[in-house]
Amino acid sequence: MALLEVHNVSKSFGGVVANRDISIDVAERAIVGLIGPNGSGKTTLFNSIVGTHPIDRGTIRFLDSDISRLPIAQIARRGLLRTFQQSRIYKQMNCVENMQISISERDRGFLSLFENRQSAATGQANELLEFVGLFEKRLLLAGELSFGQQKLLEFAMALMNRPRMLLLDEPTAGINPTLINGLIDRLKRANAEFGITLLVIEHNMRVIMDLAQHIYCLAHGELLAAGTPSEIQNNPRVIDAYLGAH
Amino acid sequence: MSLTRLLVYLAVLAGAAVAPYFVPQYQSQLTELWLFIVFALTWDLVGGQMGYNSFGNVLFFGIGVYVTAVIQVGLFYDVATYNSARGGGGTVFTFDFTQYALGLAIGLPAGAILAALTAILVGSAVLGMRGQYFAVCTLGLGFAAAQIAAGWDYLGGGSGMVPPTAPDDFINLGLLYYYLSLGLAVVVFAVLSWLYSTRFALAINAIRDDEDKAEAMGHLTTRIKITAWTIAAFFLGIAGGLYGNVKRFIDPIDVAFPSATIGIWMILMAILGGKGTILGPVIGAVIFQITKELFWTYLLGWQRVALGLLIVLIVVFFPEGIVGWWRRRKAPIVETQAS
Repeated sequence: MALLEVHNVSKSFGGVVANRDISIDVAERAIVGLIGPNGSGKTTLFNSIVGTHPIDRGTIRFLDSDISRLPIAQIARRGLLRTFQQSRIYKQMNCVENMQISISERDRGFLSLFENRQSAATGQANELLEFVGLFEKRLLLAGELSFGQQKLLEFAMALMNRPRMLLLDEPTAGINPTLINGLIDRLKRANAEFGITLLVIEHNMRVIMDLAQHIYCLAHGELLAAGTPSEIQNNPRVIDAYLGAH
Repeated sequence: MSLTRLLVYLAVLAGAAVAPYFVPQYQSQLTELWLFIVFALTWDLVGGQMGYNSFGNVLFFGIGVYVTAVIQVGLFYDVATYNSARGGGGTVFTFDFTQYALGLAIGLPAGAILAALTAILVGSAVLGMRGQYFAVCTLGLGFAAAQIAAGWDYLGGGSGMVPPTAPDDFINLGLLYYYLSLGLAVVVFAVLSWLYSTRFALAINAIRDDEDKAEAMGHLTTRIKITAWTIAAFFLGIAGGLYGNVKRFIDPIDVAFPSATIGIWMILMAILGGKGTILGPVIGAVIFQITKELFWTYLLGWQRVALGLLIVLIVVFFPEGIVGWWRRRKAPIVETQAS
């Protein structure tokens, strides 16, 4: 039984079919990649999974229950979290505050919001900021960080939430190439040490081939191929899609 | 809280407590100031800390004003008769001490609770909206409030309503409302100081900075927004009930946004002092009340022109308010190295 099961999902925007009959499975504790040329429907699929927009057809199951009709916050509370392509952080709050408000609300009632903010897991926040290399910057406003640092902060915020599964939308885009290896290492450690299942959209082929154990490739809104990194690399349809032989 | 800060608070509080005996000539202006502080603080909770610019908070103020007055009168007389008698109907309405105290004791909480319930009801409808859409929507609320107040004969219509008066010989009403207003300002300041020390503050700041992100992280944003607005409405309701009694005349224009009164002032005070801080709205209210009184005294006839120019100057030179400007001067932004 897979942790996330996307079954025959379709989504259109007006006349444009963004996803057609897409089925993917992500097993618990796996690292799965999602690739495809620009406009192939990767981000749409992410948005469908986390509830940003309703899907036209199909089902999405997470932890053995149907989540395809749930609102965004409820899906997040079940431990299925996403990061954004453009970094999304709370710009006018410092890094520690960004982390403190990211702890999981899963088992908390609404009244827990009225607990003192200082007690809200400052130690854990500092540990994770250290983990992504932002400890020295922890008291800076998040909006003052560079773009790459903001993405690292967003990643740390996601870890702070202790999700079961994390959907990462182009985690290395806009990050200085010298830091990419460090980020891959941290993604792997998050998977191995915290047991977080990862589904990663990535354009950087070197990164995704190194990171993922299994890869799905989309093109023109349809599932083109699936397999291990080496299978995908040698799949003629995938190569055609990227080189534009359609 | 640091010791210095605590001492400053105590000194201000002590000064405020004895002020009516040392500067009795300013008692009514100070009473108004305490209520202005409440207006600015409650507006800032939603407009500053949460980033939802509300032009409709005046609705909750208006509910407080009218509900309190209607209960004060309605417990003992027919409100419609009371209001229509002001043209010279001949009937004299008197309230003894017990009646007056009872009316106030029931009227003030009732106004606050009704204002809060309205915030929950209206908030459920409009707080699903974001940013500018919410702002325009609340502007409509202000208009509606004014029209209802001015058009409803039961409430005295366009000629307003006069809250009951108790005979002055057994209690000094001016002094009573001075201390009630001061007490309310202190309570609101204390409650918001506490609120801003909780995770709730982080949550509404997160909504201000990126609501989509907050939602994607599992926060029930609509519920959080309604809660913040309801807290603001509750205290505004009490402030409204006091304000009507302080002024001893309820002008429907006061509950209307389109005229440049309370509805605009509360926003102006928060922006002047510094949005999203606890001290900003307080400082803003003090400066606003002083300038307003000076303009109305020395520039009579031109006072609204002067106030309009003041608004322009504030927005141009202090876009972040006095507290924001001060912080920026004291701690220039640290240049971060790009990585």
